[in-house]
Amino acid sequence: MNAPEVIIDARGLTKSFSGRVVVNQVSMQVGRGEIYGFLGPNGSGKTTFLRMLCGLLRPDSGSGACLGLDIVGQSDRIKTQVGYMAQRFSLYEDLTVTENLGFIARIYQVPRRREAVDEVMERMGLTRYRNHLAGALSGGWKQRLALACCLVHRPRLLLLDEPTAGVDPKARRDFWAEVHRLTGEGLTALISTHYMDEAERCHRLAYIAYGNLLAAGTPEELVAAQGLVSFEVQDHDGARLAGELAALLGVEQVVPFGNVLRVSGRDREAMLAGLAGLKARGVDVAEVTSSLEEVFISLMAKAEVN
Amino acid sequence: MAGFFSLARFAAMVAKEFVQMRRDRVTFGMMVGIPLMQLILFGYAINSDPRHLPTAIWDADRSPFSRAVAAGMRNSRYFDVVRECAGEAEADELLRLGRVQFVLTVPAGFGRDLVKGQQPVLLLEADATDPSATSGAVGAFRALVDQALARELRGPLAGLAAAAGPVEVRVHPRYNPEAETRYNIVPGLMGVVLTMTLVIITGLAITRERERGTMENLLSTPVRPVEVMLGKIVPYIMVGYMQMGLIVVAAKYLFQVPIQGSLTLLFVLSFVFIAANLAMGVTFSTLARNQLQAVQMSFFYFLPNIMLSGFMFPFRGMPQWAQAVGSVLPLTHYLRLVRGILLKGNGLAEAATHLWPLAAFLAVVLVIGVARYRRTLD
Ligand SMILES: Nc1ncnc2c1ncn2[C@@H]1O[C@H](COP(=O)(O)OP(=O)(O)OP(=O)(O)O)[C@@H](O)[C@H]1O
Ligand SMILES: [Mg+2]
Repeated sequence: MNAPEVIIDARGLTKSFSGRVVVNQVSMQVGRGEIYGFLGPNGSGKTTFLRMLCGLLRPDSGSGACLGLDIVGQSDRIKTQVGYMAQRFSLYEDLTVTENLGFIARIYQVPRRREAVDEVMERMGLTRYRNHLAGALSGGWKQRLALACCLVHRPRLLLLDEPTAGVDPKARRDFWAEVHRLTGEGLTALISTHYMDEAERCHRLAYIAYGNLLAAGTPEELVAAQGLVSFEVQDHDGARLAGELAALLGVEQVVPFGNVLRVSGRDREAMLAGLAGLKARGVDVAEVTSSLEEVFISLMAKAEVN
Repeated sequence: MAGFFSLARFAAMVAKEFVQMRRDRVTFGMMVGIPLMQLILFGYAINSDPRHLPTAIWDADRSPFSRAVAAGMRNSRYFDVVRECAGEAEADELLRLGRVQFVLTVPAGFGRDLVKGQQPVLLLEADATDPSATSGAVGAFRALVDQALARELRGPLAGLAAAAGPVEVRVHPRYNPEAETRYNIVPGLMGVVLTMTLVIITGLAITRERERGTMENLLSTPVRPVEVMLGKIVPYIMVGYMQMGLIVVAAKYLFQVPIQGSLTLLFVLSFVFIAANLAMGVTFSTLARNQLQAVQMSFFYFLPNIMLSGFMFPFRGMPQWAQAVGSVLPLTHYLRLVRGILLKGNGLAEAATHLWPLAAFLAVVLVIGVARYRRTLD
């Protein structure tokens, strides 16, 4: 069988819990070798969507395929080729690192189990913790162990739900380097995250809010598509200036960044007119490219209005 | 495609459960501690005075006098005559199976000897495995016989009635001749301890996975429901046998309970009871949302079992509705099975009559449990 080039192909997936629609008609296509970022505010339905992909939840309507297999009818075959990492730590705290990995390897019937476990421990730098109880590891090491458990059976698709929450910057960087290495080897990864720097490391992104997919594409495409204009304003007297900026016509967001305030909105002409008054008072104003964060905040604000 | 049941995955589940069991010292201590504590606490028996005890009569005499005694028994609130036997063997069988609590034997020539003033013997055999169930009735029996015969012994025979004891009443407590309540309690404890610990422990085993979030991980792997369930049950079957062994040793050496039947038979047949309790626990864990609920359900199940099974109170001393509820509970049948084997020396044929209700219970609970187990999170 030839490996399909579209690894995830979701079409109109919908799920509601007791009458409340949590994932609404979400479609998503992820190609082989891609790192696909999945962003959205808390409670927007990311976890629910990932769970539907790996057979943990049954969609109410819509259809989907992972690795060319139907997510409802063939979830047993999907499960053997997917590494799913739950948002909450979900390994056995009363088993050691080796025991957890060994258990997962046995469940997946990995051939030459011991070597496979040793190899993945080595790769994730877990070897010196091999005999520690998983519950005694620090948060970051728990995340690494969880990732190791996703990899031990050599899956073709990774579904990672906020894999780096609470992990220090160095460990996060290592983690992303590892993900890039794996996708370089042909793995595909769908990763949910709240971190903007991580979003920028993805090949493509999707943004979901209140169950609706609002935007998808490469980071550059997303920024361009929103048509957001941003300015950096030197901030000399803090709160008062921020209030003044927020009141200007066309301004949607004012965010302090250290000694500057970032102002963004859609109506460039109106904003320029408003900022001209500040410039006349000697305040430094410079136009800058919008960031992903500003784009997402603006998307969310729009979704709230609707 | 992976098969419907994989031995390798099942073995992985079992091995994991054993490691976790070993790490959880408190639970392990409880599995040993509960039987010991119960043994000590239940050294005393709770007494009551049950009535309407099923009785069989083997009347080899068929004289007006024997009929008078039988009628007297029928009128008494202690005895319910459920059967007129055709012979000694039949009466014996009923007693051994536990169908009746008493057998009254009226020997041939009873009436003739009575009239001659030769003090014939009336034999009342009692199933005394549970002494508290029979003592009241036995006490009442002698007075009942005197009263019944007094009505017959009139006119020329009045002198006999006046004489102290026209007949000799002989009571023969079978199976537990010294009327030691602990002989009854200690084997009964085996069922109680197994019910209590096994239901709770397996009840917790699955809810714990759900509460700690490990269930989500497990469900995302290819492991199947049967593998998970059996993987959880098998290690605790061994725990159940360990507890049984502990109680048998205590019964024999600490409480000097005379063991009549085959321990091998007991251990083999107990498998059904142990499995029934484990299946119950697993089923509870599919219903409970968290570990606390699982424990609460276990207690909810445990209470009627201990109260209505004949462990706390003699089964036949309970009101009809309670007996009806009790007949559904596995502990009721297991108690009869254990006492039958240990105290009466029952063999396979007799024990089997108590086995099928257990098997039926197991089947029903397993079906519910497997149906309730969800492969998804919703
Ligand atoms: N099993 C469930 N039963 C009922 N409601 C649920 C269930 N799972 C999720 N929800 C609800 O669905 C909504 C979406 O939840 P979900 O966990 O998918 O969001 P999320 O995007 O992963 O959020 P977060 O970023 O906080 O992890 C939430 O409002 C949540 O309360
Ligand atoms: Mg989530």
